[in-house]
Amino acid sequence: MTTPNALLVIIRHAPHNSNWLREGLDAALVAAAFGQPVHLLFMGQGILALLKEQGSGAAGQKATLPTIDMLEMYDIEKLWVTEEALQGMHLTTDSLVEGVTLLAEQQVPGLLQQHSNILNF
Amino acid sequence: MMQYGLLVMGAPYSSPAPHSALRFAHAVLARGHQLAGVFFYHDGVHNASSLMAPPQDELNMRDAWAELHQQHAVPLDVCIAAALRRGLMDESEAQRHGKQAFNLSPPFELTGLGQLLELQQRADRLITFA
Repeated sequence: MTTPNALLVIIRHAPHNSNWLREGLDAALVAAAFGQPVHLLFMGQGILALLKEQGSGAAGQKATLPTIDMLEMYDIEKLWVTEEALQGMHLTTDSLVEGVTLLAEQQVPGLLQQHSNILNF
Repeated sequence: MMQYGLLVMGAPYSSPAPHSALRFAHAVLARGHQLAGVFFYHDGVHNASSLMAPPQDELNMRDAWAELHQQHAVPLDVCIAAALRRGLMDESEAQRHGKQAFNLSPPFELTGLGQLLELQQRADRLITFA
């Protein structure tokens, strides 16, 4: 499913340890607001951003889960998660927010090839 | 000939990313390609600080980017949201936020993320340095 002009945003960092997740999601939201089709791929520790029962992090740190919940409003509906990342952390999709799509790591190169625009966070 | 865009997300002196990006920029131009722009995001916004004062035997990254702009007219765009939360701002933002100083001035320009997306569309290749 190649969508011309679509942007793939890759998230590889967990919430709260850095600003990578927040600023990666910001880029995804801005692209969507400009009408660009946006897809998200969560790899490695990035899948922790999708934990549905996560808290707000250390005191004074803003939670990122509300931003994840907002993605659908921006028509960002494709949330890919690699199976290997889930298994590596002994998690199942039951722990994650609704609407994620699993894919095997070996499918990632194909996914990258379908997108002419990629941003990596 | 190709059009390149650069996305810089590492801070100078903390990360080798901006140093690599600068060398890449000069290499691209030396080979006759075009550089459509450099976008600074995440910790990369620190590259724009006019208050950086490294020892004299170290490269001043801010001045090195400014020189790239002077020689080749490469736009140097800085994400305004990432900059403000890290204490990088130009004179008008400093006034707006009631700050006593500012540390960002031309050729660096504060702009939105839309500029990054536009650069990505315009360039044949967007290369990330993080």
